[in-house]
Amino acid sequence: MMYGYEWDTTTWLTYTISILPIILIGLTVTLKAAAAGFAIALVLGLVFALLRRSRLKVISWTTAVVVEFLRDTPLLVQLFFLYYVLPNFGIVLPAFLTGAIALGLQYAAYTSEVYRGGIEAVHRGQWEAATALNLTRMQTYRDIIIPQAVPRIVPAMGNYMVAMIKETPVLSVITVLEMMGLANMIGERTFEYLVPLTLVGLIFLLLTLICSAGLHRLQKALPKAGIPMR
Amino acid sequence: MDWGAYLPMILKGAGVTMTITLASIVVGTLLAFFFGILRVEGGPVLSTIALCYTELFRGTSLLVQLFWFYYALPLVGLSFEPITTGILVLAAHAGGYGAEIVRGALSSVSTQQLEAARALNFNRFQTLFRISLPQAIVEMMPAFGNLAIETLKLSSLVSLISIADLTFTAQSIRNLTLDSASIYSVTLICYFAMSLVLMIAIRIIEHFVRRGDVFPRSAHS
Amino acid sequence: MTNTTDPPIIEFSDVTKRFGVLTVLDQFNFSVAKGEKVTLIGPSGSGKSTVLRILMTLEPFQEGTLTLAGTSYHEPGARGRFKASEKHLRQIRNHVGMVFQSFNLFPHMTVLRNVVEAPVRVLGMQRAEAEARAIELLQMVGLADKKDHYPVQLSGGQQQRVAIARALAMRPRVLLFDEPTSALDPQLVGEVLGVIRALAHEHDLTMLLVTHEMRFAREVSDRVCFFDKGRICEQGAPEEIFGQPKHERTREFLASIL
Repeated sequence: MMYGYEWDTTTWLTYTISILPIILIGLTVTLKAAAAGFAIALVLGLVFALLRRSRLKVISWTTAVVVEFLRDTPLLVQLFFLYYVLPNFGIVLPAFLTGAIALGLQYAAYTSEVYRGGIEAVHRGQWEAATALNLTRMQTYRDIIIPQAVPRIVPAMGNYMVAMIKETPVLSVITVLEMMGLANMIGERTFEYLVPLTLVGLIFLLLTLICSAGLHRLQKALPKAGIPMR
Repeated sequence: MDWGAYLPMILKGAGVTMTITLASIVVGTLLAFFFGILRVEGGPVLSTIALCYTELFRGTSLLVQLFWFYYALPLVGLSFEPITTGILVLAAHAGGYGAEIVRGALSSVSTQQLEAARALNFNRFQTLFRISLPQAIVEMMPAFGNLAIETLKLSSLVSLISIADLTFTAQSIRNLTLDSASIYSVTLICYFAMSLVLMIAIRIIEHFVRRGDVFPRSAHS
Repeated sequence: MTNTTDPPIIEFSDVTKRFGVLTVLDQFNFSVAKGEKVTLIGPSGSGKSTVLRILMTLEPFQEGTLTLAGTSYHEPGARGRFKASEKHLRQIRNHVGMVFQSFNLFPHMTVLRNVVEAPVRVLGMQRAEAEARAIELLQMVGLADKKDHYPVQLSGGQQQRVAIARALAMRPRVLLFDEPTSALDPQLVGEVLGVIRALAHEHDLTMLLVTHEMRFAREVSDRVCFFDKGRICEQGAPEEIFGQPKHERTREFLASIL
């Protein structure tokens, strides 16, 4: 995608201006990867958290081991594993999807702990009241436990989302052309790495600051009528 | 796959990973305390500098930082071995997060404690080192434990600036053997084992820190 | 008020309940007739709350059989979790309602939704119908004007009255009260007891009450059971138990509390 582009490296300013459009294309890839990864993490993390609470010891222990393993091994190696090993089993996915799955898997391990903490913070009396009213386990989770857990969960989830955005550059190693991968390619062509890398760093800083501010507002806007937060 | 030939390579790589991780944790902890204390006690100018440091290293991506320093340092005439660059960047990154932990723990020391120290006419340094920090360190331990594991995991990124750590070794072996499944499984298990070792080490340190804490837990919670 | 010809609505036969090594109920036998109002008194840890919690299927038990409104149920060897199927447990719960010491209202729902939620979800009632009935119940406990408030906005006494309305909305045949006034400030106890007293006049409703309010127990109960160490040490009409307790332990307990 870079052929045909000419970059004006005479000053840092002209250089910045000439590479900005392509870096912004990379930004959209970064954001899409983070969004896809985070969606996976949110769903899978909840699944892990619920399996972890299963009454069957086999299920809850297996889940605990899987979560611990995902949490304690590097994203980069997990990414290589998925990228190079899945095709051996006949599963050939686009690099972007592999990347999103790797991000999602690693962060599902984190989010499952957040869910678990949020669920466990709901007072035992709430479960008992739900039992006394004969709600099913499913209804109890859906109508009683999860609505009370959500306001406690959102801040931690937000932090993980920001962290995930900052980890997306790792996907460049499996040829996903996100911001940093593009910056490196530009550097390889011009032998001038600092301007593209600085630009990417600043965009990440800006993203982080915007997300943190947004989170802060979201937290304030959340309906938490009557839910004791501690 | 000929494990007889590759196992020593893997162990060597794991050794490099462990060295980088431990060095980064040590340097990172020093940075964390330095900047964390500056955030709380530094006055307007110094605390702003500390804030810029933490925001910069927390707000940009570690991989971007690694490449940036890898390419930038030689330009200003500093040519380090890649491994030094790797350790410094990992340490600075961990230090940024650690400084936030230190700041949080220091500000959670109750005002009653600070007022008591003032009533006894302790000066600022005495208050910090005799009253606040000893109480705050106990609070910080779990978060620093997580940070250490995080540093171990992130150390895999230094393989991308051509440092022969465990991940780099795994990549080389894969290129030789093309047996991705075995080599990456073994690598993941190695990292997991190192995480467990690190966790146990942290537990032991935590135990000693707590033992030094003369007050019962509930006294300052 | 008791009807001796019908089979009892609640029957514990040889029920044993252990928490680890601690035996809370030992070969426990106990039956309650339909419409009977029974108060359980006794020192803390004597097993009286456990009886309610077993009836509400909040705790499994290890030996014996429990029969509730003709449905029998047992949990041979259950440890920590239930052996009986969820379906069977839910069938048991259909007949029973419970009012908790700490109210346990759902804090994220308004008063009205607290009362409406279960009838809609569990009994499959139309929302409009459930709401109309909820408002009736809230009127009965004197809180219809608070229907759009959240639990935190209410006093403890008001919360407990809502909790009673919530339990009644499920039309239970047996209603359990587990120390309903113990968590309340003294000046709020009266309003809750007032509501329970009104319910005591309902002929069909069977009530089991664990309480430390002895004067109230004497007033509303058909029968008082004194618990000691996992057994019913003495039981009888309130006048007998409070008037001429036969057992030494009963006398000691009443002397300590009155």
